[in-house]
Amino acid sequence: MSDLIWNIGYAHFLVLAAILFLIGMIGVLIRRNALIILMSVELMLNAANVTLLAFSRMWGDLSAHTFALIVIAVAAAEASVGLAIVVAVFRGRHNVEVDRLNTLRH
Amino acid sequence: MDPTTTHPWPLPTLAWIPLLPLIGAAINLIFGRWLPKRAASWIAIFAVGAAFLLSAYEVFGPLFAEYQAGRGGIGIAQTVYTWIEVGSFKAQLGFRLDTLSAVMIMIVTFVGTLIHIYSTGYMAHDPRYRTFFGYLNLFTGSMLILVLAANMPVMFIGWEGVGLCSFLLIGFWYENEAFATAGRKAFVVNRIGDFAFLLGMFLLFWATKGHQGGASLDFANLRDAAVVGPEYVKGLWGGERLAAAAGILLFIGACGKSAQIPLFVWLPDAMAGPTPVSALIHAATMVTAGVYMVCRLSFLYASSTTALIVVATVGLLTAIAAAFMAFAQTDLKKVLAYSTVSQLGFMFVAAGTGNSTAAIFHVGTHAFFKACLFLGAGSIMHSLEHEGSHTPGDIMTMGGLRKRLPITHATFLISCLAIAGIVPFAGFFSKDEILGGAFGVHPPGWPEWYGKLLWAGLLIAALGTAFYMWRLYFLVFAGDSRSEPAKHAHESPRSMTGPLIVLAAFATLAGFIGFPHFEHIELPSFMHALSHWLEPSLTHDWYASGQPGVQAIAGHESDATTLLLMGLALAIGASGIAGAYLLYGRGPSKTVAELVAGRLGPLYEASKHKLWVDEAYDAIFVRPFKALARGLFEIVDRFVIDTVAVNGAAFVIGILGRISRWFQNGNVQRYLVGVVAGGALVFAMTDCRHKATFDYKIVGDQIQLHAEPGDGIDGAAASIYWDLDGDNQKDTVPGNPNKLLDQRDVTVTGYNGPITMWVVDPITREETKVTRTIDLNIAAPGDKPDGAQGVK
Repeated sequence: MSDLIWNIGYAHFLVLAAILFLIGMIGVLIRRNALIILMSVELMLNAANVTLLAFSRMWGDLSAHTFALIVIAVAAAEASVGLAIVVAVFRGRHNVEVDRLNTLRH
Repeated sequence: MDPTTTHPWPLPTLAWIPLLPLIGAAINLIFGRWLPKRAASWIAIFAVGAAFLLSAYEVFGPLFAEYQAGRGGIGIAQTVYTWIEVGSFKAQLGFRLDTLSAVMIMIVTFVGTLIHIYSTGYMAHDPRYRTFFGYLNLFTGSMLILVLAANMPVMFIGWEGVGLCSFLLIGFWYENEAFATAGRKAFVVNRIGDFAFLLGMFLLFWATKGHQGGASLDFANLRDAAVVGPEYVKGLWGGERLAAAAGILLFIGACGKSAQIPLFVWLPDAMAGPTPVSALIHAATMVTAGVYMVCRLSFLYASSTTALIVVATVGLLTAIAAAFMAFAQTDLKKVLAYSTVSQLGFMFVAAGTGNSTAAIFHVGTHAFFKACLFLGAGSIMHSLEHEGSHTPGDIMTMGGLRKRLPITHATFLISCLAIAGIVPFAGFFSKDEILGGAFGVHPPGWPEWYGKLLWAGLLIAALGTAFYMWRLYFLVFAGDSRSEPAKHAHESPRSMTGPLIVLAAFATLAGFIGFPHFEHIELPSFMHALSHWLEPSLTHDWYASGQPGVQAIAGHESDATTLLLMGLALAIGASGIAGAYLLYGRGPSKTVAELVAGRLGPLYEASKHKLWVDEAYDAIFVRPFKALARGLFEIVDRFVIDTVAVNGAAFVIGILGRISRWFQNGNVQRYLVGVVAGGALVFAMTDCRHKATFDYKIVGDQIQLHAEPGDGIDGAAASIYWDLDGDNQKDTVPGNPNKLLDQRDVTVTGYNGPITMWVVDPITREETKVTRTIDLNIAAPGDKPDGAQGVK
């Protein structure tokens, strides 16, 4: 067990990424606040980034960094669009609970 | 005529005979509502009349030539197309006109035409006039198919067709519940017979499968099988003969159509239909079908004494029982109906004594006088109804109509004389032929007196016939009118009396073509025309031994005996009339009332209630069957189908719908749960994680190894150890014995033996061990990893 804690290797990065991804996914699945959901999506994206970098280091190949940078850029764009929608919705309804945004359903 | 002969019309000439009435039916039934009444009836009459003319042309033209050339039994066969072809079995939509079917089509089309003409007057005020004529045409067409059929399946088309039409026409006034029930009854009773007919047909098919040319239901082939090979006398059911089984089954079918015991109950109720329909059913179509079928298959019945005796006995019993039932009936048409049942019994006795000529002869004469009687009855009822009678058929309210309906009276009188068997009217000759044939018959293995018994029974039935027919005549026409409408009755229109006159003329004259054969008395040949004409189409010899032509079925009597029998039959007929005159000569007499109230009371009741046959059938068959139907309705329909199958299925679907509604609620997050769970499931179920292994490549004497540690975290970050020298220990890095060799690609040189790889999970430290043997000399061809091109 001590080996697992102190001898830090690729596996630790991957496990970390998996945990982050799971937290993000659960957040997306169970939270009702649109803002929190957006944040959870960010968490999932960054988990993917961590995985990319871990593999990049493992194979000794830097090309994965490119992907990570692209993901960050896309995530930024996505976050801005998402936040803009959330703000617009909030202005209209004073509420960003996704459960209540069900006008189309009825 | 060669079947391949080209025809002036697109179809063979024979096909047009049934087709013309069918076309008429189609026009009237489909376009009738846009046709004026007059056009509808003209189309119908034209269709049947044209069929009659075409039949006459075919019979007196081509068929007569064939007959004179000695091929009357083969006649003209024409095929429209091959209807069924399964394996070696082939049934063609084919028609055959031989001398037997010629007689039948002439009767059917001739009497049918007259009845059509009559109907224009009788049905003039019916709202469903056009439909009626359509049905009449359909009826005639079906009967013509039945008669002209060249094989049994085609005959069955007509057989079912007349059954359907009888249902439609008997229940024509279906607004009346009782009439609709009568129609249903006719249909159901007929279906029972039809089932037996089918079974008999299948049995014949089975019987002839060993015959040369394979199994066939063509009448010519069936006959061939009877004459040439002993196909029908093969063992079946422990020595009983096949012909007996098939013959009796087919006879049950005939019982249904021709109203014989035990299936006769529908015919008296068939009086519910319009009177022309009764005439059509009783004279031209339907009831004669059974007699015709038995005569058509006379070769089959000739192969089985048992079947013949069954036919004759049932015929005799029916003749007597129906005559008895007719005594106390007070409905005009009911009396006539029972007389038909009785006369059909006569015909079956004739067929059952191998005397098919007499059977067909009686079919013909009976068609004339019975059609005349029925149409006369229709004329009487029509005139009474016209005067406001609500029970136009009740003979107790008639009387004294002789002067008021002169034409109807004259024709009715002639027909009554004919059916009673008085010289020189047609019925005398045909009935005498039947009696004479029955007198002389002597089935092998049966006592001599069997034929005499049949003869005596028929005499009793003939006495009864004369009595009840003349009771009817006296009650209707003699004495004083017993009701207001009867006092003011008027003669019917000419369209109705015209056919009556024609039919009466035939009822007078038709008998002269069927004189008995004498040994010493020479008669002009036209007096034997019918028997000579029918000779080639019928079988008159016993085949029961499996050998044809051993012995004639009908016995041969001396001239004196023949004349004596004729005289006796005449005397019986006359005494029946005399008896009727004594009792009913001036309407219902006190003598009758006293007899009915006194000694003859029980008999009168039995006759009035038709021997309680309907009641017995009701108790034995109808009620249990209805109870069964009711039970099935409650259990199968109500519970199994309605509750379990229909509502149950809806309930399950409803549950499923409720479950899926819980998912499909528009909540994207819930959908996502589904996606994630589904993805996880796919990963869990598919074995996409491949097991740890390594592949190799042989270059010269070098083996290049590459580890494939498997998927996932343990694959990506695993430690890989090697044993490259076969000592089953993890190798160390060269030059450093404390550090284990941990890399994915290694190279071995000059080693020939087992190589082991360990994959160690980075987190759990679990070890997976893989061992492969690589022989440099034998490049393993089937080894899975690629790149294994062994270099030799």
